[in-house]
Amino acid sequence: MSLRNVSVVYKKEMVDSLRDRRTLISMVVVPILLMPALTIGMSSLSIRLMNRARQEVPRVMILGGEDSPKTTAALRQSPGVEFVPATANYKDEIIEKRVRAAVEIPPGFDAALESGEMKKVAIYYYEGEIRSQFASQSMQTFFRNLRERTVSQRLAARNLPESILKPFDIAAQNVAPPEKVGGNILGGLIPYMVILLCMTGAMYPAMDLTAGEKERGTMETILCSPISRTHLVLGKFLMVLTAALATAMLSIASMTVSFKFAKSSTGAGMSEARRAALANLTLDPKGVLAVFAMVLPIAVMFAAALLAISLFAKSFKEAQSYLSPLMIVVILPAVAALLPGIELNTRLALIPILNTSLVSKELVTGTYHWNYIALIFGSSCVYAAVALFAAVKLFQREDVLFRA
Amino acid sequence: MARLMIEADNLCKNFKDKKRGLVKAVDQVSFRCQPGQIYGLLGANGAGKTTTLRMLATILQPTSGSASVAGYDVVRQPQQVRHSVGFLSTATALYGRLSAREMVEYFGRLHGLDEPTLAKRIEEIFTRLEMTEFSDRRCEKLSTGMKQKVSIARTLVHDPPVMIFDEPTIGLDVMTARTIVAFIRECRTRGKTVIFSSHVMSEVEKLCDHIGIIHNGKILTEGTLPQLREKYAMQDLEDIFVHVVGDGR
Repeated sequence: MSLRNVSVVYKKEMVDSLRDRRTLISMVVVPILLMPALTIGMSSLSIRLMNRARQEVPRVMILGGEDSPKTTAALRQSPGVEFVPATANYKDEIIEKRVRAAVEIPPGFDAALESGEMKKVAIYYYEGEIRSQFASQSMQTFFRNLRERTVSQRLAARNLPESILKPFDIAAQNVAPPEKVGGNILGGLIPYMVILLCMTGAMYPAMDLTAGEKERGTMETILCSPISRTHLVLGKFLMVLTAALATAMLSIASMTVSFKFAKSSTGAGMSEARRAALANLTLDPKGVLAVFAMVLPIAVMFAAALLAISLFAKSFKEAQSYLSPLMIVVILPAVAALLPGIELNTRLALIPILNTSLVSKELVTGTYHWNYIALIFGSSCVYAAVALFAAVKLFQREDVLFRA
Repeated sequence: MARLMIEADNLCKNFKDKKRGLVKAVDQVSFRCQPGQIYGLLGANGAGKTTTLRMLATILQPTSGSASVAGYDVVRQPQQVRHSVGFLSTATALYGRLSAREMVEYFGRLHGLDEPTLAKRIEEIFTRLEMTEFSDRRCEKLSTGMKQKVSIARTLVHDPPVMIFDEPTIGLDVMTARTIVAFIRECRTRGKTVIFSSHVMSEVEKLCDHIGIIHNGKILTEGTLPQLREKYAMQDLEDIFVHVVGDGR
């Protein structure tokens, strides 16, 4: 094994790739700019849209209630709600989004409150439509408060303490440190992103260094040089691996910086809830480093497998059509790890990608199951070695190199 | 008698084709090249020229038969063969994003040259081929003529004793083609053994000391130009070619 030859190929491929705009975009620009824009930008956009929806004064209809002037009058005093005259087609009005909700007050409601008779208030809304849900919530809050007030009055009238209905209080308190809470929130997301970015980062250079070379006619040029094909594929493989890891590292680094920036900015307009959510987004750097260590064999597997698959293609386009469906193959196990209730076991520890995703979820929360870590790292190394072996073997095959 | 620089014995290369089944691209090809001579492989498109030369350059492995280049066996000692050969064809393109100098440096390093030797070789070749002016320009920005010069420099950087040219002038303009022809001649002057494939009669007529006519993967006839003229009682190489290939059909 001549390390010198491998390093000559690696250096050349690095220089060549770093001068390629498309590689730079996929390796540097996408992780640094696009990923934070997508994640932080999207979340702040959704928060802004939610706030805007919350600030809207919803139009609500009161159906019935003519014989209950007390309740109707109190309801009309609800802040931030515009009451519009009732119409028979109120359901259509809600579906057409002209009205956000309708409240049906049953006949004799006020009298029933006095007599203690049970009545049912119906609230009509549009499920899944956020503005309609807000209007419905505000109506529910009004009637819940009314119910509580009524209960208190009835208890007071009978000289009974309130504790008869509420014998004790419940207080839930978080005891987990912020990095564990953050790990739980981001636990699934971090490995999912690292794995996915390793794949996308490796994809373009893998195609460029194999099918791209065939297309540009440089494959024959390099094959007539004295370098052995094993050294050649190893040099190329190292470059693809570098691109995969660089993409993943740059995106995590840029996301960390973006989160820090978002946390430190206490600008106006940031709600308490958002500030609290951001405060919990603290990650244990040791956990993130451990994720990278676990992802390393996966990155090796991606780099080798992508190189081998794209070597089959005659052109860049053909390589793209082979690799694009692979994204789904990678995304599925990575996403499966995000599903609630999926826990590591010996069987799952042998499924590539899913095993790393699951163990990484634990690592970011600071949980280290060493037996699983060893099993997963070992099995991932075996898969990576198989992929690398396949790539080396394929580079020896004339029918693959000169596929016409 | 000097040692033979290229020797091919019953070289065969078969390919599997989905439509045509087993294709014999090269069938029992044997020839020898003397040191310091230009051997011309003359044949129509698809005759088996490229496959033969690719086997000599160890890019492809023969299905059967044997060949040696500069005394090294193409199957058992492919790396030594590649160290002894400069291979140029229109299919051997340049890395567009590397500069002319980086391209030649890369191949020099792959040939194991140390940095001082490499720098000296590049200086010498670039001066000889008048490449200094565009040495730091990226290959993708060069004209066809300049690109050909870079390719030539790439084949010469390790100073190989054997040069293999596979239809090196195909698709080139007259001026660039002349540069290549002049370079092939210069290789002979410098004592290198050259094997050259073409379907252009005039080029072969002008350049080659020894000619082999290849058709359907077989060498149908070979000899010096005077020998071929005498054998077929014809003066024009094109007439000889048509006559031989016609018989071989």
